Amino acid sequence: MIIEFGHFALILALLVAAFQTVVPAIGARTNDARLMQVAEPAAVSQLFLLLIAFVALMHAYITSDFSVANVATNSHSTKPLIYKISGVWGNHEGSMLLWVMILALFGAAVALFGNNLPPTLKANVLAVQASIALAFLLFIVLTSDPFARLEIPPADGQGLNPILQDPALAFHPPFLYTGYVGFSIAFSFAIAALIEGRIDAAWARWVRPWTLAAWMFLTIGIAMGSWWAYYELGWGGWWFWDPVENASFMPWLAGTALLHSALVMEKREALKVWTILLAILTFSLSLMGAFIVRSGVLTSVHSFAVDPERGVFILGILVFFTGGGLALFALRAKDMRIGGLFAPMSREGSLVLNNLLLVTSTATVLIGTLYPLVLEAATGDKISVGPPFFNMTFGPLMLPLLLAMPFGPLMAWKRGDAYAAAQRLMFAVIAALVVVVAVYATFARGPWLAPFGIALGVFVMMGALTEWATRIKLGAAPTAEVVRRARNLPRSNYGTLLAHFGVGLMVVGIVATSAYQEERILVMKPGDGVEVGGYTVAFKGASPGRGPNYREEIAKFDVTRGDAAIALLEPSKRVYDAPPQPTTESGIHASWRGDLYVVIGDDQGGGAYAVRAYFNPLVRFIWLGALIMFIGGGVSLSDRRLRVGAPVKAPRSAPIAAE
Amino acid sequence: MKTLRRQLLCLSAMTVLMASLAQFAAISSPAYAVQPDEVMADTTKEARARALSLQLRCLVCQNQSIDDSDAPLARDLRVLVRERITAGDSDSDVMDYVVARYGDFVLLKPPFKLSTLVLWLSPILLLAAGIAMMRSSTRTRPLRDTDGSGLTAVEQKKLDEILKRET
Repeated sequence: MIIEFGHFALILALLVAAFQTVVPAIGARTNDARLMQVAEPAAVSQLFLLLIAFVALMHAYITSDFSVANVATNSHSTKPLIYKISGVWGNHEGSMLLWVMILALFGAAVALFGNNLPPTLKANVLAVQASIALAFLLFIVLTSDPFARLEIPPADGQGLNPILQDPALAFHPPFLYTGYVGFSIAFSFAIAALIEGRIDAAWARWVRPWTLAAWMFLTIGIAMGSWWAYYELGWGGWWFWDPVENASFMPWLAGTALLHSALVMEKREALKVWTILLAILTFSLSLMGAFIVRSGVLTSVHSFAVDPERGVFILGILVFFTGGGLALFALRAKDMRIGGLFAPMSREGSLVLNNLLLVTSTATVLIGTLYPLVLEAATGDKISVGPPFFNMTFGPLMLPLLLAMPFGPLMAWKRGDAYAAAQRLMFAVIAALVVVVAVYATFARGPWLAPFGIALGVFVMMGALTEWATRIKLGAAPTAEVVRRARNLPRSNYGTLLAHFGVGLMVVGIVATSAYQEERILVMKPGDGVEVGGYTVAFKGASPGRGPNYREEIAKFDVTRGDAAIALLEPSKRVYDAPPQPTTESGIHASWRGDLYVVIGDDQGGGAYAVRAYFNPLVRFIWLGALIMFIGGGVSLSDRRLRVGAPVKAPRSAPIAAE
Repeated sequence: MKTLRRQLLCLSAMTVLMASLAQFAAISSPAYAVQPDEVMADTTKEARARALSLQLRCLVCQNQSIDDSDAPLARDLRVLVRERITAGDSDSDVMDYVVARYGDFVLLKPPFKLSTLVLWLSPILLLAAGIAMMRSSTRTRPLRDTDGSGLTAVEQKKLDEILKRET
């Protein structure tokens, strides 16, 4: 009964979305306030109805209602509760439901918090947002019904893939989708602005918080996926340039460019046309991601369902919104005025460089991802485009971006002084040079470029701190003045500081772990020891064990360093009950120096096992950097909400509340 | 039959990175790649073998290098690479040998030739086009600033207030 209720709510949401697509748009066109105003209750009720549908499906998962096809295929009665819940979005139908729910969530948020928007713009934004929801709701109802019943319910479900039964992965999709889908708001704003034919600095001000929120969640979502791959897949890799990873990375790159160009538009009213185009393209890349993942056109490690019907439908959605958006852009862009003059050497100039490099790298990833498909369709030739290609093309594009990154915030708007900025960065440069020497002294081995890579990361981190020190006049003013300035510095400046610092930290982690990873592959008998990363790892033998829904063999390793006992690692090999599938669980000892990472392989007889032991220096900086970027986004967002989103009196009361 | 097919499709149709590893795990048990018995005694030669393995695609897997995969065919290829190295082949000899048998498909970094011209040149061309666009747009930019932005007087005042509040 609850399931039918959910199904009914889903269809109602579709009707509401259809209503919300048409009526407010007509209202905006005829300037009828009543027609425009219906957008708000429609957006909120659409969210409410989708929440009902989502909760109904979740209820079926929690109660293990195997008369629902979706539950029977993807759940199992012995699964721990948390994975019953995450199982809701661990499959195609349920994840699409989550997707539209987040779409509606953003729409409702604009309806509720967008009080400062002009009524016609708001009506148009909500209408466009509803049209996207409408397309996906049609997709769900026509091709991917999560509420379909089975005539003869099975005794138990088929279970969720065991490697997905993991806390980090349970919450990876909601974060990732919030990011993907969040860019729909920027898209809706862009389309609404094109419809109205009016774009100004205020537009960027309205769009930027939403873009920033989407970017934050996409950042953390991708990082969670990478972190999970690292400890779960058993060989310590954290990025594979797989098409599905690229599908999430492309909107991230474009979204990062959008954030920066919207900044120029907001402060200087330049790059307007470009920012609108970027808003359209960023969401188009999100849609393309959905297409790549769900159509099966590309072979990936993550090979997907090959369902032509669904693939074609999503391709239709992609073509409609991207094509429609670009056509509208082509029609209207020439009417838009270009404002805000600036010299090439200026804050604007540095942000243009940022955009140029980010967009080129996005295009490189896109072409690399789709090229094999296009070539095979055109000529029949089969080629592979894998990590070596991406590392070779993407790396050189990131290099100037990272080098220029500390300069940007130190330059003035309109006309900047690169020489003065370079002088301010002296300390960062010296720090980077010290790091080069220190890394060479520490590691005699490894690629000769690696110390420079690490130094580049340090340069970016120190550059971010330099900007902060300059703004608060650290060392140039009395302490009281410095403290006062540090307090009064807008939160968005702290956001930039954190985000840029996080990028630097991530670069350090990536280079260090790629260049200086240590690896030992060997057969170990109980009592054997191996040296890796300054640790001695001694194998104590393996024994069988039993978890809630799996059997396992657990190996024990004593880790010592010199004479000190450090840790007991227990990597294992599991075989799950349903579906019966093997997984490896790595044993990891983390420290600031890096991770000791041990996995076991096949039983070699006589109690001996194949063992792989790694030392991954500074590998955690990768995810720590992403986390700091996420926090930076949050800090920046909290600032803007105080200033723009809130009612006028907020700025007066806020500083007191913040003390 | 139709429900069965549907169910199979449902099973395999999964989400973004989640779904990802689903099938992969079904095809191959957790990646384990290089086995202890494959490792060569000579560490320099072993390092060369590993570097080459990263460039070669496991043909039966989806998008994995033979270094990452534990599919039997990947193992065969890893052993083959090591045999060629032991036989005294240079790195490029080994690659040629493998490509002669398996075609360009085996290379994770596609060769630079006519059919991959667009792939390899596009980053440079796009960058050049971007720079050219940037320069031309700064040159032809009309000398008109923000006036006539289409704001009504009330809106302009509001905007000014917002901007003032921020600075």
